[in-house]
Amino acid sequence: MEEVDVEPAVTYIPGIRPGNHMGFAWGPGDILVYETLYKASGAKGSGCAFIHMVRKDEDIYSPILRKLFNESHHIFVGLQAIKEDLPSKSKKPQFVSISRNYRSVIRACMEELQQVAVSTKETEMCTQYGNQVSILLAIELIWNLCEVLFIDAAPAGSLLLHLLDWVRLHKADVDEKAKHVLQSDSPVEHNDYWDVVVSYVLQGRLEEARQMLVKQASLQPASRNMYKLMDNLLSKMPFYNPGGTQTLTEFDVKWRNWHEEVDRCLKDNSFASNRHLELICKIILGDEDTLLEHKELLSTWYHFLVTRLLYCHPTVKPTELHFYAQSCMTMFLDSGVPEPLDNILLAAFEFDIHQVIKDCSIALNNWWFVAHLTDLLDHCKLLQSHNLHFGSNLREFLLLEYAAGLFTHHSLWQCAVDYFDHCPEFGRVYLELQIERVPLDTERKALKVLRICEERQMSEQVRSICKIMAMRALRNNRLGSALSWSIRAKDAAFATLISERFLQDYCAKGTFSDLDLIDNLGPAMLLSDRLTFLGKYREFHKLYGEKRFREAAKLLLSLMTAKIAPRSFWMTLLTDALPLLEQKEVIFSADQTYELMFCLEELTSSLNAAAPGTDRPMQEDDIEVTKVELLRLALARNLASAIVKEGTIET
Amino acid sequence: MESAKYVSQKVSKTRWRPVSYSSLQQPDVFVTGSWDNEDNKISVWSIGNHGSSGQDDGCEGDPQLICEYKHHGDVLDLQFLDQERIVTASSTGAVTIYRHHQNSQTISVSHQWARAHHYPSDNTPCTGVVCSSPEIITVGEDGRIIVFRADQEGVIRVIENADSSTIHAVTYLRTTEILTVNSIGQLKLWDLRQQSNSPSQILSLSGDRVPLYCVDRHPNQQHIVATGGQDGMLCVWDVRQGNMPSSLMEAHSAEMWEVHFHPTNPDHLFTCSEDGSLLHWETSSHSDMPSFLQGGRNTSLTSRSAMAPAVGNQALISAWLSGDSSKCRLETTHMLPSQTLSVNSLDVLGQCLVCGTDGEAIFVNRQVPV
Repeated sequence: MEEVDVEPAVTYIPGIRPGNHMGFAWGPGDILVYETLYKASGAKGSGCAFIHMVRKDEDIYSPILRKLFNESHHIFVGLQAIKEDLPSKSKKPQFVSISRNYRSVIRACMEELQQVAVSTKETEMCTQYGNQVSILLAIELIWNLCEVLFIDAAPAGSLLLHLLDWVRLHKADVDEKAKHVLQSDSPVEHNDYWDVVVSYVLQGRLEEARQMLVKQASLQPASRNMYKLMDNLLSKMPFYNPGGTQTLTEFDVKWRNWHEEVDRCLKDNSFASNRHLELICKIILGDEDTLLEHKELLSTWYHFLVTRLLYCHPTVKPTELHFYAQSCMTMFLDSGVPEPLDNILLAAFEFDIHQVIKDCSIALNNWWFVAHLTDLLDHCKLLQSHNLHFGSNLREFLLLEYAAGLFTHHSLWQCAVDYFDHCPEFGRVYLELQIERVPLDTERKALKVLRICEERQMSEQVRSICKIMAMRALRNNRLGSALSWSIRAKDAAFATLISERFLQDYCAKGTFSDLDLIDNLGPAMLLSDRLTFLGKYREFHKLYGEKRFREAAKLLLSLMTAKIAPRSFWMTLLTDALPLLEQKEVIFSADQTYELMFCLEELTSSLNAAAPGTDRPMQEDDIEVTKVELLRLALARNLASAIVKEGTIET
Repeated sequence: MESAKYVSQKVSKTRWRPVSYSSLQQPDVFVTGSWDNEDNKISVWSIGNHGSSGQDDGCEGDPQLICEYKHHGDVLDLQFLDQERIVTASSTGAVTIYRHHQNSQTISVSHQWARAHHYPSDNTPCTGVVCSSPEIITVGEDGRIIVFRADQEGVIRVIENADSSTIHAVTYLRTTEILTVNSIGQLKLWDLRQQSNSPSQILSLSGDRVPLYCVDRHPNQQHIVATGGQDGMLCVWDVRQGNMPSSLMEAHSAEMWEVHFHPTNPDHLFTCSEDGSLLHWETSSHSDMPSFLQGGRNTSLTSRSAMAPAVGNQALISAWLSGDSSKCRLETTHMLPSQTLSVNSLDVLGQCLVCGTDGEAIFVNRQVPV
């Protein structure tokens, strides 16, 4: 039995008193819970009369987050289409761009949620939106880091630059503050002025820091030299250029020289008179204690980490990251307990992909993030095959969980189908089970579901769906619809059933209903024998109506001799033959008459065989006997006329 | 250039609001109907003004939601009755007229016939609606054809048991004649001046009885009709010519949901399908240039002629009917950037095309080459 990773969360069901026993039943995405009458002790009170539906994932019902699911579905399908035969190296830019697509989708959702959160008036919705926004922020942060470390996999040198971009992207309040400061009457006098400058320096945005300092410098002519020196130092800081000709070692040498120069400036007290500039100097030297003094400006340990790396080890290698990450986190949080987000980021810095995925799965209530991220990482060939107890690999497991959750949604189930398609081991089985449970309210929906099943050769499901729709149509007396469904499923048995209905209608009313259908059966007639008979029988009626008696007679006979007609109908057919036999002109030839007699004999002998022991009302018997006698008489007369006619020589 | 606008609901129908033909304006407002939601809606969108040049695209082209209103049941069909009123066909069998108040930008229900289409013990979806103000004609899964008038409470006329299978779409041929298509591959012409409950003419394909889902009439030549169905084939019929279609073209690999002739430029035809593609068909009659000099850019699909057109004045025969590919050139272009989930609906007016998909996205193209 697996160990539980975290304590399960407790949810109180409103309306059920604590201490009462509850019964439950699992659903595809939720649990149904009800209060039982059982009481351990004391008098039985009235129980709660409701059934509660407890749902873990509310996100799929949020209209704004739905866009996330749809857009990411589109990206997912595009990703799966990337051909496997190209080497991974050349696909890296594609993967990076796909990762960026995912992130921009997240960010678009976030912005929309923020707008709605601002404009909504209900506090409860406001907090809910706020929560969703912060979750999306965290997701984007994690994804971005994973993109930098795993997908882009930048080597030393570029790695730091990417990490800098990452931190800058997620610390937007600096620009806000700077805007306020610059828009004020006297930026230099603003409270936040130095905060802004320091923040710029912490983020390595030295150009902007210098521009801010220039304003200060112009107001303090006395310290001009100091400012000039600082400006000089800031401008000379080397940044690695990945596309340039400089190698990493050369860059390292240059950087060390610069670092020593700054150190010298600090040591000979060049900035001693201005505490702000001295502070900046210490920062760009990478002094830990100074950095830690500015926790509010850094606000997160990973900002601290990146700043420290920037000013102490700009040529950090990916494999060295986790040392620094661990120590930075400990130093920054000192007594605080790390939050789940911190642990996830730390796991990422340690390049422990599985831990990242595991922690995210626990922390989030929706499989969207882990499923898509894992899928992308799997395409980059970064996940080792990791056998789970369920037999499939991690990527497939997460995708199946995500898609199964989507399938419970009344509308998003269509997206889920594509996810199942790309789970090679179990996807098909899941899909087969789920697709039959999609409620089919309209024909159009049934058609779409059928198309999905047909494209994947799920013939069982096709048959079952067509049967459901055909039965429904039959119940409402829509025989044409029922027939078109059974044609689609190539369901001969059902077509037979429908034909039986038609024939019963005919026997009851004496005319055919739905002539537009029967007259225009076309090749569908061949689907079932009964249907063929129906079509041919109708043709017989038409021929009779057009007074093409010879052909009608021939058709009628063939219906019986070729055994297309069911035995039960033969009596009716023979009765239909009566008017043809009674015509003045001889229609049936002698041979044909013999055949008719033969059929009649067959029919009566089988009836007689059935007769003993069966209780049939005397009246019915009489009618049957009369019919048979009439037929015999007509046949005999016809035979006589036919023999005479055929024997006569035309002169 | 098209970009998707995701709208958090699967779009079953989109229609442009009609513009008066006198003004040369392009349409700027369209309505969408959703389906398969617990709460379905009809929504009115605007794509902004057209003051800027055609080169600009981007944010200003993004459809903005003006207003929306809840709708009971899936929106299975949607038509504009006039500039302000919209008629919808619902999966509950109801036919509803909505009014869009343009000053207050709100929608309200103007009138509803709640159980227009029904079985004895059940509701049944109303699958198609067509209107020619003030007359409204609807068809449904119950095989009925119902005629309403927008200003009258009750039903004007019901043709009971018009069809033994589901009628999927209806269109006007003339002011008193309509054409319906059904699940067993038949087109039926109905003359509304006659009181009988049977069609005046039935046409169908020989061979497999493939269900037909959409039909549209040529804007200028009333005898030419295009249909699409389950096998994704585009058929063009001449209803005067009797039983068979004049040309059959392989169009899509799955059900074709809508077919539209361009209202002012009928050499262009648009189709959309379950397979996620939207095709723009352009036909042009034989020109004097020899074919090897003509050089088409896009692939021309095979067009099989079912029968030769009747003898007559060749110039008057529409290019659509002559299935002979040496006489006319047929070009087809895919209009959507990549494969999406099913494209359920499209509408084209002037140079603007709008379509809605099951991927909950709307695409608007304002520079359709017609």
